[in-house]
Amino acid sequence: MEFDLARPIYQQIIDHYKKMMIRGELRQGDKILSQREYAEKEKTNPNTVQRAYREMESMKLVETVRGQGTFVCISPEQLTMIRHEMAGAVMESCVVEMKALGFTDGEIRERLDGALQAKKEAVNDD
Amino acid sequence: MIEFKGVAKSFGRTVALDGVDITFATGKITGLFGPNGAGKSTSLKLITGLNRPDRGEVMIDGKDPLDSKVEVAYLPEIDHLYPWMNIRQAASFVSSFYGDWDEKRYHELLPFLNLDEEMKLGKISKGQRAKTKLLLCTSRRSKYLLLDEPLSGIDILTREQIIQTLIRDFREGEQSIIISTHEIAEVEGLVDEVVFLDRGRVRLQGDAEQLREERGMSLVDIMKEAFRYAN
Repeated sequence: MEFDLARPIYQQIIDHYKKMMIRGELRQGDKILSQREYAEKEKTNPNTVQRAYREMESMKLVETVRGQGTFVCISPEQLTMIRHEMAGAVMESCVVEMKALGFTDGEIRERLDGALQAKKEAVNDD
Repeated sequence: MIEFKGVAKSFGRTVALDGVDITFATGKITGLFGPNGAGKSTSLKLITGLNRPDRGEVMIDGKDPLDSKVEVAYLPEIDHLYPWMNIRQAASFVSSFYGDWDEKRYHELLPFLNLDEEMKLGKISKGQRAKTKLLLCTSRRSKYLLLDEPLSGIDILTREQIIQTLIRDFREGEQSIIISTHEIAEVEGLVDEVVFLDRGRVRLQGDAEQLREERGMSLVDIMKEAFRYAN
Protein backbone atom coordinates (compact mmCIF):
# COMPACT_ATOMS: atom_id res chain seq x y z
CA MET A 1 0.00 0.00 0.00
CA GLU A 2 1.28 3.45 -0.96
CA PHE A 3 0.50 6.18 1.54
CA ASP A 4 -0.32 9.73 0.58
CA LEU A 5 2.39 11.46 2.59
CA ALA A 6 0.48 14.73 2.69
CA ARG A 7 -2.20 13.19 4.93
CA PRO A 8 -1.93 11.60 8.38
CA ILE A 9 -0.90 7.97 7.92
CA TYR A 10 -2.99 6.55 10.78
CA GLN A 11 -6.17 7.75 9.04
CA GLN A 12 -5.12 6.04 5.83
CA ILE A 13 -4.56 2.78 7.70
CA ILE A 14 -8.10 3.03 9.11
CA ASP A 15 -9.55 3.89 5.66
CA HIS A 16 -7.70 0.95 4.15
CA TYR A 17 -9.33 -1.45 6.61
CA LYS A 18 -12.75 0.19 6.20
CA LYS A 19 -12.55 -0.31 2.44
CA MET A 20 -11.62 -3.95 2.83
CA MET A 21 -14.63 -4.42 5.09
CA ILE A 22 -16.97 -2.60 2.69
CA ARG A 23 -15.80 -4.72 -0.24
CA GLY A 24 -16.28 -7.85 1.82
CA GLU A 25 -12.60 -8.78 1.70
CA LEU A 26 -12.64 -8.73 5.47
CA ARG A 27 -15.62 -10.20 7.29
CA GLN A 28 -16.87 -10.47 10.82
CA GLY A 29 -14.46 -12.65 12.84
CA ASP A 30 -11.54 -12.45 10.38
CA LYS A 31 -8.14 -12.00 11.94
CA ILE A 32 -6.13 -9.01 10.75
CA LEU A 33 -2.35 -8.50 10.88
CA SER A 34 -0.86 -7.78 14.28
CA GLN A 35 0.36 -4.23 14.78
CA ARG A 36 3.97 -5.30 14.46
CA GLU A 37 3.31 -7.32 11.30
CA TYR A 38 1.51 -4.38 9.77
CA ALA A 39 4.28 -1.94 10.72
CA GLU A 40 6.93 -4.20 9.21
CA LYS A 41 4.98 -4.94 6.05
CA GLU A 42 4.19 -1.29 5.31
CA LYS A 43 7.46 0.06 6.76
CA THR A 44 5.48 2.32 9.03
CA ASN A 45 6.16 3.67 12.49
CA PRO A 46 4.82 1.20 15.09
CA ASN A 47 3.33 4.01 17.18
CA THR A 48 1.34 5.19 14.13
CA VAL A 49 -0.01 1.67 13.58
CA GLN A 50 -0.84 1.42 17.27
CA ARG A 51 -2.82 4.65 17.07
CA ALA A 52 -4.79 3.40 14.03
CA TYR A 53 -5.60 0.09 15.74
CA ARG A 54 -6.66 1.82 18.95
CA GLU A 55 -9.03 4.09 17.03
CA MET A 56 -10.46 1.13 15.15
CA GLU A 57 -11.05 -0.56 18.48
CA SER A 58 -12.81 2.46 19.92
CA MET A 59 -14.94 2.72 16.74
CA LYS A 60 -15.82 -0.96 17.31
CA LEU A 61 -14.53 -2.01 13.90
CA VAL A 62 -12.13 -4.52 15.41
CA GLU A 63 -11.41 -6.04 18.79
CA THR A 64 -8.18 -7.33 20.22
CA VAL A 65 -8.28 -10.55 22.18
CA ARG A 66 -5.30 -10.84 24.46
CA GLY A 67 -2.85 -13.45 23.29
CA GLN A 68 -4.89 -14.26 20.18
CA GLY A 69 -4.84 -11.22 17.96
CA THR A 70 -7.07 -8.57 16.45
CA PHE A 71 -10.37 -9.55 14.81
CA VAL A 72 -12.99 -7.79 12.70
CA CYS A 73 -16.10 -7.23 14.83
CA ILE A 74 -18.18 -4.85 12.75
CA SER A 75 -22.00 -5.03 12.88
CA PRO A 76 -24.06 -4.99 9.65
CA GLU A 77 -25.61 -1.64 10.63
CA GLN A 78 -22.20 -0.15 11.15
CA LEU A 79 -20.94 -1.53 7.86
CA THR A 80 -23.84 0.17 6.07
CA MET A 81 -23.07 3.39 7.88
CA ILE A 82 -19.41 3.34 6.92
CA ARG A 83 -20.30 2.50 3.34
CA HIS A 84 -22.52 5.59 3.15
CA GLU A 85 -19.96 7.70 4.95
CA MET A 86 -17.15 6.81 2.55
CA ALA A 87 -19.40 7.22 -0.50
CA GLY A 88 -20.42 10.63 0.82
CA ALA A 89 -16.80 11.70 1.14
CA VAL A 90 -15.95 10.58 -2.41
CA MET A 91 -19.01 12.30 -3.88
CA GLU A 92 -18.31 15.48 -1.97
CA SER A 93 -14.75 15.76 -3.18
CA CYS A 94 -15.94 15.07 -6.74
CA VAL A 95 -18.58 17.81 -6.52
CA VAL A 96 -16.19 20.27 -4.88
CA GLU A 97 -13.58 19.75 -7.59
CA MET A 98 -16.11 20.01 -10.42
CA LYS A 99 -17.46 23.25 -8.96
CA ALA A 100 -13.94 24.56 -8.61
CA LEU A 101 -13.59 23.96 -12.35
CA GLY A 102 -16.72 26.10 -12.89
CA PHE A 103 -19.28 23.41 -13.73
CA THR A 104 -22.96 24.00 -12.86
CA ASP A 105 -25.12 21.45 -11.01
CA GLY A 106 -26.83 20.45 -14.25
CA GLU A 107 -23.52 19.96 -16.04
CA ILE A 108 -22.16 17.90 -13.18
CA ARG A 109 -25.24 15.59 -13.33
CA GLU A 110 -24.87 15.31 -17.09
CA ARG A 111 -21.17 14.48 -16.80
CA LEU A 112 -21.82 11.90 -14.12
CA ASP A 113 -24.39 10.15 -16.33
CA GLY A 114 -21.96 10.34 -19.22
CA ALA A 115 -19.17 8.83 -17.13
CA LEU A 116 -21.45 6.01 -15.96
CA GLN A 117 -22.53 5.33 -19.53
CA ALA A 118 -18.91 5.28 -20.76
CA LYS A 119 -18.02 2.84 -18.00
CA LYS A 120 -20.92 0.56 -18.93
CA GLU A 121 -19.89 0.53 -22.59
CA ALA A 122 -16.28 -0.18 -21.68
CA VAL A 123 -17.43 -3.19 -19.63
CA ASN A 124 -19.68 -4.42 -22.48
CA ASP A 125 -16.79 -4.15 -24.95
CA ASP A 126 -14.63 -6.50 -22.87
CA MET B 1 13.88 11.79 27.59
CA ILE B 2 16.78 13.76 26.15
CA GLU B 3 16.75 17.51 26.56
CA PHE B 4 18.77 20.30 24.97
CA LYS B 5 18.50 23.63 26.77
CA GLY B 6 20.07 26.65 25.09
CA VAL B 7 22.84 24.49 23.66
CA ALA B 8 25.60 26.23 21.71
CA LYS B 9 28.67 24.64 20.20
CA SER B 10 31.34 26.08 17.93
CA PHE B 11 34.39 24.57 16.30
CA GLY B 12 36.84 27.44 15.88
CA ARG B 13 34.90 30.07 13.96
CA THR B 14 32.28 27.64 12.73
CA VAL B 15 29.05 27.76 14.71
CA ALA B 16 27.57 24.24 14.75
CA LEU B 17 24.73 24.89 17.18
CA ASP B 18 23.51 28.35 18.06
CA GLY B 19 21.44 28.03 21.24
CA VAL B 20 18.96 25.24 20.58
CA ASP B 21 16.15 23.85 22.72
CA ILE B 22 15.06 20.37 21.74
CA THR B 23 13.18 17.60 23.55
CA PHE B 24 13.52 14.03 22.32
CA ALA B 25 10.62 12.12 23.86
CA THR B 26 11.00 8.58 25.18
CA GLY B 27 9.35 5.86 23.13
CA LYS B 28 9.44 7.80 19.88
CA ILE B 29 11.37 7.73 16.65
CA THR B 30 12.56 11.26 15.96
CA GLY B 31 13.87 12.45 12.62
CA LEU B 32 16.65 15.00 12.92
CA PHE B 33 16.48 16.70 9.54
CA GLY B 34 18.40 19.42 7.83
CA PRO B 35 20.91 20.13 5.08
CA ASN B 36 24.62 19.40 5.40
CA GLY B 37 26.22 21.56 8.06
CA ALA B 38 22.97 22.12 9.92
CA GLY B 39 24.30 20.71 13.20
CA LYS B 40 22.80 17.20 13.10
CA SER B 41 25.99 15.23 13.76
CA THR B 42 27.10 17.69 16.44
CA SER B 43 23.77 17.22 18.22
CA LEU B 44 24.19 13.45 18.28
CA LYS B 45 27.78 13.70 19.48
CA LEU B 46 26.66 15.95 22.32
CA ILE B 47 24.25 13.24 23.45
CA THR B 48 27.01 10.63 23.43
CA GLY B 49 29.29 12.95 25.38
CA LEU B 50 31.89 12.88 22.59
CA ASN B 51 31.36 16.63 22.25
CA ARG B 52 30.68 19.02 25.13
CA PRO B 53 28.49 22.10 24.82
CA ASP B 54 30.09 25.57 25.02
CA ARG B 55 26.87 26.89 26.57
CA GLY B 56 23.61 25.38 27.76
CA GLU B 57 23.04 21.79 28.81
CA VAL B 58 22.29 18.39 27.37
CA MET B 59 20.51 15.97 29.69
CA ILE B 60 19.74 12.28 29.32
CA ASP B 61 16.93 11.35 31.71
CA GLY B 62 17.91 14.37 33.80
CA LYS B 63 21.64 13.64 33.91
CA ASP B 64 24.72 14.91 32.13
CA PRO B 65 25.77 12.43 29.38
CA LEU B 66 29.08 11.78 31.15
CA ASP B 67 27.33 10.92 34.45
CA SER B 68 24.50 9.03 32.83
CA LYS B 69 24.46 5.27 33.24
CA VAL B 70 21.73 4.96 30.62
CA GLU B 71 22.71 2.85 27.62
CA VAL B 72 23.11 4.88 24.44
CA ALA B 73 23.99 3.12 21.17
CA TYR B 74 25.50 5.35 18.51
CA LEU B 75 25.97 4.71 14.82
CA PRO B 76 28.51 7.25 13.58
CA GLU B 77 28.45 8.59 10.04
CA ILE B 78 32.09 7.67 9.45
CA ASP B 79 33.39 4.18 8.80
CA HIS B 80 34.66 3.34 12.26
CA LEU B 81 35.18 -0.41 11.90
CA TYR B 82 38.63 -2.00 11.52
CA PRO B 83 38.99 -3.33 7.95
CA TRP B 84 41.03 -6.35 9.03
CA MET B 85 38.27 -7.68 11.26
CA ASN B 86 35.50 -9.97 10.12
CA ILE B 87 31.97 -9.45 11.39
CA ARG B 88 32.37 -11.98 14.20
CA GLN B 89 35.50 -10.24 15.49
CA ALA B 90 33.84 -6.81 15.23
CA ALA B 91 30.84 -8.12 17.17
CA SER B 92 32.96 -9.56 19.96
CA PHE B 93 34.94 -6.30 20.06
CA VAL B 94 31.75 -4.24 20.48
CA SER B 95 30.09 -6.68 22.87
CA SER B 96 33.09 -6.55 25.20
CA PHE B 97 32.38 -2.86 25.84
CA TYR B 98 28.65 -2.96 26.43
CA GLY B 99 26.64 -4.79 29.03
CA ASP B 100 23.45 -4.47 27.00
CA TRP B 101 24.77 -6.65 24.14
CA ASP B 102 22.14 -9.21 23.13
CA GLU B 103 23.78 -12.23 21.52
CA LYS B 104 20.44 -13.79 20.56
CA ARG B 105 19.29 -10.70 18.74
CA TYR B 106 22.67 -10.49 16.99
CA HIS B 107 22.25 -14.02 15.61
CA GLU B 108 18.68 -13.26 14.50
CA LEU B 109 19.69 -10.09 12.73
CA LEU B 110 22.62 -11.60 10.80
CA PRO B 111 20.51 -13.65 8.34
CA PHE B 112 17.77 -10.99 8.24
CA LEU B 113 20.36 -8.51 6.93
CA ASN B 114 21.93 -11.15 4.65
CA LEU B 115 25.23 -10.90 6.48
CA ASP B 116 27.70 -13.65 7.28
CA GLU B 117 30.01 -13.67 10.30
CA GLU B 118 32.98 -14.61 8.14
CA MET B 119 32.68 -11.49 5.97
CA LYS B 120 35.79 -9.33 6.22
CA LEU B 121 34.97 -5.65 6.75
CA GLY B 122 37.69 -4.40 4.39
CA LYS B 123 36.36 -6.54 1.56
CA ILE B 124 32.59 -6.11 1.68
CA SER B 125 30.51 -3.49 -0.19
CA LYS B 126 29.50 -0.13 1.18
CA GLY B 127 25.93 -1.34 1.65
CA GLN B 128 27.12 -4.38 3.58
CA ARG B 129 29.30 -2.19 5.78
CA ALA B 130 26.32 0.07 6.47
CA LYS B 131 24.28 -2.98 7.46
CA THR B 132 27.12 -4.23 9.67
CA LYS B 133 27.21 -0.89 11.48
CA LEU B 134 23.47 -1.16 12.03
CA LEU B 135 23.81 -4.78 13.15
CA LEU B 136 26.37 -3.85 15.81
CA CYS B 137 24.19 -0.99 17.08
CA THR B 138 20.86 -2.76 17.15
CA SER B 139 22.26 -5.94 18.71
CA ARG B 140 22.36 -3.94 21.91
CA ARG B 141 19.27 -3.49 24.04
CA SER B 142 19.99 0.19 24.52
CA LYS B 143 17.38 2.63 25.70
CA TYR B 144 18.53 5.24 23.20
CA LEU B 145 19.63 4.53 19.66
CA LEU B 146 21.33 7.37 17.76
CA LEU B 147 21.81 6.92 14.03
CA ASP B 148 23.84 9.44 12.07
CA GLU B 149 22.96 9.30 8.36
CA PRO B 150 22.41 5.52 8.30
CA LEU B 151 20.98 5.65 4.75
CA SER B 152 23.47 7.97 3.11
CA GLY B 153 24.95 6.57 -0.10
CA ILE B 154 23.13 3.24 0.28
CA ASP B 155 21.12 1.58 -2.47
CA ILE B 156 17.32 1.52 -2.27
CA LEU B 157 16.95 -2.18 -1.36
CA THR B 158 19.48 -1.94 1.45
CA ARG B 159 17.73 1.21 2.70
CA GLU B 160 14.47 -0.67 2.91
CA GLN B 161 16.18 -3.46 4.81
CA ILE B 162 17.65 -0.96 7.26
CA ILE B 163 14.26 0.68 7.83
CA GLN B 164 12.62 -2.71 8.28
CA THR B 165 15.25 -3.71 10.83
CA LEU B 166 14.58 -0.57 12.82
CA ILE B 167 10.82 -1.18 12.81
CA ARG B 168 11.23 -4.86 13.64
CA ASP B 169 13.38 -4.18 16.63
CA PHE B 170 11.77 -1.01 17.90
CA ARG B 171 10.49 -1.58 21.41
CA GLU B 172 7.47 0.68 21.77
CA GLY B 173 7.29 2.74 24.88
CA GLU B 174 10.75 1.97 26.21
CA GLN B 175 13.15 2.71 23.37
CA SER B 176 13.86 5.99 21.62
CA ILE B 177 15.51 6.35 18.25
CA ILE B 178 17.00 9.53 16.85
CA ILE B 179 17.80 9.29 13.18
CA SER B 180 19.66 12.09 11.46
CA THR B 181 19.31 12.33 7.71
CA HIS B 182 19.03 14.78 4.86
CA GLU B 183 17.05 12.19 2.92
CA ILE B 184 13.69 12.93 4.49
CA ALA B 185 11.58 11.17 1.86
CA GLU B 186 13.08 7.82 2.85
CA VAL B 187 11.90 8.07 6.44
CA GLU B 188 8.53 9.87 6.04
CA GLY B 189 6.60 6.90 7.37
CA LEU B 190 9.17 5.92 9.97
CA VAL B 191 9.30 8.94 12.26
CA ASP B 192 6.94 10.06 15.04
CA GLU B 193 8.51 13.43 15.55
CA VAL B 194 10.64 15.76 13.50
CA VAL B 195 13.25 18.35 14.33
CA PHE B 196 14.44 20.47 11.45
CA LEU B 197 17.83 22.08 11.95
CA ASP B 198 19.26 24.76 9.72
CA ARG B 199 22.63 26.41 10.30
CA GLY B 200 22.67 25.57 13.98
CA ARG B 201 19.11 26.58 14.76
CA VAL B 202 15.85 24.74 15.15
CA ARG B 203 13.52 25.86 12.36
CA LEU B 204 10.67 23.55 13.18
CA GLN B 205 9.83 20.70 15.53
CA GLY B 206 6.70 18.71 16.12
CA ASP B 207 4.63 15.58 15.71
CA ALA B 208 4.82 14.23 12.14
CA GLU B 209 1.14 13.21 11.88
CA GLN B 210 -0.03 16.50 13.36
CA LEU B 211 2.12 18.47 10.91
CA ARG B 212 0.62 16.51 7.98
CA GLU B 213 -2.87 17.09 9.35
CA GLU B 214 -2.41 20.83 9.90
CA ARG B 215 -0.59 21.62 6.68
CA GLY B 216 -1.82 18.97 4.26
CA MET B 217 1.74 18.47 3.07
CA SER B 218 4.40 15.79 3.23
CA LEU B 219 7.31 16.27 5.61
CA VAL B 220 9.59 16.92 2.63
CA ASP B 221 7.37 19.80 1.50
CA ILE B 222 6.92 21.14 5.03
CA MET B 223 10.70 21.20 5.47
CA LYS B 224 11.22 22.88 2.11
CA GLU B 225 8.76 25.56 3.09
CA ALA B 226 10.38 26.10 6.49
CA PHE B 227 13.70 26.40 4.73
CA ARG B 228 12.37 28.94 2.24
CA TYR B 229 10.94 31.17 4.96
CA ALA B 230 14.20 31.06 6.85
CA ASN B 231 16.13 32.46 3.91
